[in-house]
Amino acid sequence: MFLMMGLIAVGCVLLITVYLLISGVPAICEIGPINFLFGTKWASTAAEPKYGILPFVLTSIYGTAGAILLGVPIGFMSAVYLSKLASPRLKSVMQSAVSLLAGIPSVVYGLVGMLVLVPGIRKLFNVPDGASLFAAIIVLAIMILPSIIKMSVTALDAVPKEYEDASLALGARPIETYFRVSVPAAKSGIAAAVVLGVGRAIGEAMAVMMVAGNVPNMPDSLFQSVRFLTTAVSSEMAYSSGLQRQALFSIALVLFVFIMLINAVLNFLLKREKE
Amino acid sequence: MRNIITVKDMCLWYGEHQALKNVNIEIPEKSITAFIGPSGCGKSTFLKSLNRMNDLIPGVKITGELRYEGADIYAKGVDVNNLRKEIGMVFQKPNPFPMSVYDNVAYGPRTHGISNKLQLDEIVEKALRDAAIWDELKDRLKKNALGLSGGQQQRLCIARALAVQPRILLMDEPTSALDPISTSRIEELVMELKEEYTIVMVTHNMQQAVRVSDYTAFFLLGELVEFGKTDDIFSQPKDKRTEDYITGRFG
Amino acid sequence: MPHQSLSRKRKNYEALMKVLMLLSVGITAALVLFLLIYVLVKGVPNITWELLSTSPSYLTERIGILPDILNTLYILLLSLLIVLPLGVGAAIYLSEYASNKKLLALIEYAAETLSGIPSIIYGLVGMLLFSNSMGTCLMAGALTLVIMNLPTIMRATQESLKTVPQSYREGAFGLGAGKWRVVRTVVLPGCVDGVITGCILAAGRILGESAALLFTAGFAHTVLSFPLGMKSPGATLTVALYVYAKEQGEFGVAFAIAAILMFMTILINFAATIVQNRFEKRKSL
Repeated sequence: MFLMMGLIAVGCVLLITVYLLISGVPAICEIGPINFLFGTKWASTAAEPKYGILPFVLTSIYGTAGAILLGVPIGFMSAVYLSKLASPRLKSVMQSAVSLLAGIPSVVYGLVGMLVLVPGIRKLFNVPDGASLFAAIIVLAIMILPSIIKMSVTALDAVPKEYEDASLALGARPIETYFRVSVPAAKSGIAAAVVLGVGRAIGEAMAVMMVAGNVPNMPDSLFQSVRFLTTAVSSEMAYSSGLQRQALFSIALVLFVFIMLINAVLNFLLKREKE
Repeated sequence: MRNIITVKDMCLWYGEHQALKNVNIEIPEKSITAFIGPSGCGKSTFLKSLNRMNDLIPGVKITGELRYEGADIYAKGVDVNNLRKEIGMVFQKPNPFPMSVYDNVAYGPRTHGISNKLQLDEIVEKALRDAAIWDELKDRLKKNALGLSGGQQQRLCIARALAVQPRILLMDEPTSALDPISTSRIEELVMELKEEYTIVMVTHNMQQAVRVSDYTAFFLLGELVEFGKTDDIFSQPKDKRTEDYITGRFG
Repeated sequence: MPHQSLSRKRKNYEALMKVLMLLSVGITAALVLFLLIYVLVKGVPNITWELLSTSPSYLTERIGILPDILNTLYILLLSLLIVLPLGVGAAIYLSEYASNKKLLALIEYAAETLSGIPSIIYGLVGMLLFSNSMGTCLMAGALTLVIMNLPTIMRATQESLKTVPQSYREGAFGLGAGKWRVVRTVVLPGCVDGVITGCILAAGRILGESAALLFTAGFAHTVLSFPLGMKSPGATLTVALYVYAKEQGEFGVAFAIAAILMFMTILINFAATIVQNRFEKRKSL
């Protein structure tokens, strides 16, 4: 009986994979993998529908890259400070704050983004609509911050004190020691934190849906309204049918493949960290 | 012989607890001085005050006078990092960084601003040769140092400490985590190193002190009980407590 | 004096790094504070008794979130009720029964994978798996969340099972107890802490989840009864927030919900900290 329960997780993964394949592959075949993956135009409801998802793929990649570019330095620097320099009190206060940040539902991020970020960007950069790739990048950067800080702090805390002592005894300053010895020693853990952040950013749907403008444009500029892979699925699902609906499942399949790749990298890094 | 370190009336507290009481000692240059005594007697604490590694522990207070080459180690404005460059340290447990052998040895010089590749190569080779480990490791410079045996790791740590060209090498029970063969190799190495460096080592092992050191200091309960030539201390101790300890009556 | 310029360079490096670190911590702290204060200031004034205690009605143009609150509770309870035995059972299998190393690795890999899948994919699969057969309803939503939270419960239980000393098990076996008896009397009581931690973490995820519920549990705002109502569609607080903000432009209501969600998040984090602290204390005993 316990074996059955243990196998439920495996069953779920199989079920998810199989269902996504069954419902995602037909549309890809019908549209043609090249047209589907590299088509630059998505017009699912036009008289002559076009199903190219390159805009979504690129938006997801750019959006994630942007969030990483913005979130990782802040998260990483905060983590080094909290792990090595902060007083125990500050550390525990900040850790609760970071947990809170992690626990806030994504729709709340979306709501605040809609009402603060979007108008702010419109005014600051003088663009017609603030709901844009840029707004999404900022929201995503904030949303990945807690995972990056938490995992990096854990990795940095685990660095044996002997390494730091050795470096100090050689005449290195404390901060030099943290960046040249502690950080390299924790690099697998920190890399895993970044990969986890990538996974979260690429999979986030609701917050992005509320701030990115949700128009299937190619992401040519930071201030363009765009649609991500995740939001492409959710924004049309409610009223889709036929090939359009199948194509949405294909998008989900593409997203799933991305996520599985990221998970594989993450698992590899975590395993190395353990050794 | 010239004294490189002089300590006068030094006391040290961890918070309320007094760990060292009125220590007076003069350590001669280019010799090996061994600190012996039972666990918790303050010998390691004293060793670590010589390059201010105790600064890292909160609540430590030190009074008295510690001088290196005549200059007060604890004076205001002393650059701790330069002090530690002059007075290097090797720890009880081998603690190479999780990097390549080469990067381990080059870490110190790089920290102190040497970035020229040729110069670094030279320093790394000299340090590894001085630590008598060059022949074993010259083909494995790019390998991760954590893959070495315990004895090799400890000699690598010695090489790493030598690479910043210190004048003094503090060694905190450098062989206590090693097997007998590795231990004897480190002992031979230490005896060669005294040609160029002053060596101060803490040891639990009295035979080691007899075999290796020129001078011996016996610590008990935070006091420096007796200090003198190793031969004298072990053949005719002046203090009853020293005699009791070296004849194995306690400890 | 090359030495002096070098030491200045090192000091500058140190100062720069310190500034960057403080700046980052400052930004993080400011973000948390801003989000907290902004949402509470905008939301709390909109929380009225009427809002909390009524259903929305187009006739009277009244908006109430009572059904959303109830739906959230229903989904929370349903999912936890189903996921708990499954997750705890799986964890017990992994740490007490499993002997096949390959199978063990496979199950753990599957759990890792599940925890990495984004909620929108869960929503989609939940729609195909559950909603297509039983219709868009709370039950379908809850079942979707069960799959999502399985790894959370499994991981937390496993962690606490690791802390049950091997000697307890040996002691019980030594008295001639059977495997099941040992599990029931020695192992299970030892992992209560872990199960509670897991429940709290899962509750946090369930409360905050929206993407997975959009297509599985639906958007309806009517008060449903238990248990028959579980076959009807209903929106949770997060989904309601999304609908009110994005589709209807009712930002006042949206912020009121956001503030309620914020309170709950704080509460859950607080509870998690307390439980974890107690857990740690017991471990160190």
